[in-house]
Amino acid sequence: MSRTREAIIDKLKQDILRWEGFRPSPAGTNNDMGLGPLAEAFPGGMFPTGVIHEFISQSPEDTAASGGFIAGLVQKLLITGGACLWVSYTRRIYPPALKLFGVNPDQVVFVDVPLQKDVLWVTEEALKCEGVATVICETKDLSFTESQRLQLAVEKSHVTGFILRKDATKINTTACVTRWQVRPVRSKLRRGMPGVGVPRWQVDLLKVRNGKPGHWIIEWTNQNFKTVYAPEIAEQARRYA
Amino acid sequence: MPKRYASIWFRHLLTDWKAIRQPSLRGTAYVFAEPDHGRMLITAATEKARGYGVIEGMTVADARVIAPDLEVFDGKPGHNIKLLTGLAEWCQRYTPLVQLDPPDGLLLDVTGCTHLKGGEKAYLKEIADRLKTIGYTIRPAIADTIGAAWGVARCAISGLIVPEGMHRNALMPLPPYALRLPVDQLQRLRNLGLHTISTFIYMPDTVIRRRFGKSMVLRLHQALGQEVEYLFPIKEPVPFTERLECLEPVKTRSAIETGLTDLLERLCKRLYQEGLGLRSATFTWYRIDGKSGNITIGTNQSNNRVEHLFKLFFIKLDNVAPGLGIELFTLAATKTEPISDKQSELWAAKGGTDSSEVAELLDRIAGRIGNAYINRYLPGEHYWPERTPQKDTDLKKAAESEWRTDKPRPIQLLDKPERIQAMALTPDYPPKQFTWKGQQHIIVGADGPERIEREWWLEPGEHRDYYIAEDEAGRRYWLFRSGHYNADNNQHWYLHGFFA
Repeated sequence: MSRTREAIIDKLKQDILRWEGFRPSPAGTNNDMGLGPLAEAFPGGMFPTGVIHEFISQSPEDTAASGGFIAGLVQKLLITGGACLWVSYTRRIYPPALKLFGVNPDQVVFVDVPLQKDVLWVTEEALKCEGVATVICETKDLSFTESQRLQLAVEKSHVTGFILRKDATKINTTACVTRWQVRPVRSKLRRGMPGVGVPRWQVDLLKVRNGKPGHWIIEWTNQNFKTVYAPEIAEQARRYA
Repeated sequence: MPKRYASIWFRHLLTDWKAIRQPSLRGTAYVFAEPDHGRMLITAATEKARGYGVIEGMTVADARVIAPDLEVFDGKPGHNIKLLTGLAEWCQRYTPLVQLDPPDGLLLDVTGCTHLKGGEKAYLKEIADRLKTIGYTIRPAIADTIGAAWGVARCAISGLIVPEGMHRNALMPLPPYALRLPVDQLQRLRNLGLHTISTFIYMPDTVIRRRFGKSMVLRLHQALGQEVEYLFPIKEPVPFTERLECLEPVKTRSAIETGLTDLLERLCKRLYQEGLGLRSATFTWYRIDGKSGNITIGTNQSNNRVEHLFKLFFIKLDNVAPGLGIELFTLAATKTEPISDKQSELWAAKGGTDSSEVAELLDRIAGRIGNAYINRYLPGEHYWPERTPQKDTDLKKAAESEWRTDKPRPIQLLDKPERIQAMALTPDYPPKQFTWKGQQHIIVGADGPERIEREWWLEPGEHRDYYIAEDEAGRRYWLFRSGHYNADNNQHWYLHGFFA
């Protein structure tokens, strides 16, 4: 009896997702980003690929943390092949460091657009191309219409796009599927050990379509994400930030 | 096929040009003069002025005595070359091989071109007629050799088209000037009473060489075709070129697009048959007012797909200014490469960076923003952080060495290290705190130092001692001290990057 009830509820959940406009990824795509408990926030427990993710950063330190987090995701996306484009007009990303996040820097094509107004044009062209696995776009502002265009482009080509909004002046509504904010927090070493530990971030999933937003503390260790269950650390970090 | 050359002599190049610009001057007496050793020397005179007895090389003062109503314009040195270059480009519609022939002529290799206009006579007539409509009076001639055509164009009274093999006969009655000889040799010939070429053409070479020098033998042989003379065209003809002549001048965007598509289809078909693909191509348009322009595209991988190449041109098509109308389009494949016709792997979900889809995408981006802004980085054999990633625009080049992962590197690196105010205790210790952009950061954890020596064989300067520093809020920085620790508090600390 309870089994049938569970099955009915599962079925209904799937239906509701579908009615809400959620389209599951086509078969054969790699949705496992190694995010662990964080993946529960997404509809169906699968990291959405073939959509636009928006990252907000207010300071260069946040941009670095977001860059690291994105690089970790890109590593997983590139496993199935495809090209990666990094579009920016003021690029500071340091290619050798990508290797530390598992991305081979010589597989990434960096498009350093000389004019800011061309950034979104290049991004849209890249997102339309099916041979591309993922596109990272560093920009400042993104209007609702612009984000709609990008989202429409990926719905056809199933490319995953990351929009990294550096020094975003205002946080407006966009058509992006998720909105993230990644900030660095104090790294943790074994008691008494000096120095700096592995990268540790406070990851805030501010918005996710058909999912549940939340906050996590995540570390990058051994070429993988590791979720740290320590709410008091998050609290402390927020106080300092 | 025996060679045929045409020589076009612009009898009044500069004065005709002036009359085109100022139609009211037509038929009047005017000259161009240039300063020379403190005097004004006449460089070009009209027919009417010549009628008064004004010739080139006369001083303006003398000419004014003969013809008081003579108008004098300032000539510019090199102006005739500029005009001739423009005319040579215009003449490329008749043959791809056009050479300038200063001071006042053009040389055309018309081998195999004349039948397109219905024979040599019709060919010359069309050139002469069209140049006459523009306003230039010319004397054209066709012969087997460059020398003979030159001489016949300038000196012959009739018979401007010399039939094949008849150039010797055509040269006979002409004066020695027809052989392109320098003035001193012409004077010597005149003093000796040798007024026509026939008087000395049968002299043995040794005699001519002894009396007049080696250059005259060369000129004579060139005119007779016994010595090879090469033509150096202003533009090298491209093997893969397609032309589209419009029946009516076109100026609408859709017409230009149709023309471009037509040319691309023809060119790509030819390339496909030869197993080649485009790497760069130039689309040129010629307007009815004599102006022309071009747009050039490049591709990252040899490509012969019409749709893709059209897209690349389409991005730049706004630059086409049709003016009053365009009468001729040409499309030249300036660089071609064998195309890899391997079957695309259908089962592979996505290709790598070198897949054709990505190559086409990068072509489009390069067409919009320029190829220089698309970069890849390969590991460079350098410790100095700025030089570790080596820029490379080639998408296929493989890395020669591995990326190093043994040392931590920041994910964000500033182009130029930024000066900070830092406080460090003792020589090897990381800073306790630093101030960047007016904000103070207390450092709670740090790693280092990692000393990176400057590559002295590339540039002079101090070494750097790098520290990874984490502040209270968990923000991680890459700081360095330039040079050694000084006790006198005169240290230079910089912020160079941000760790994730």
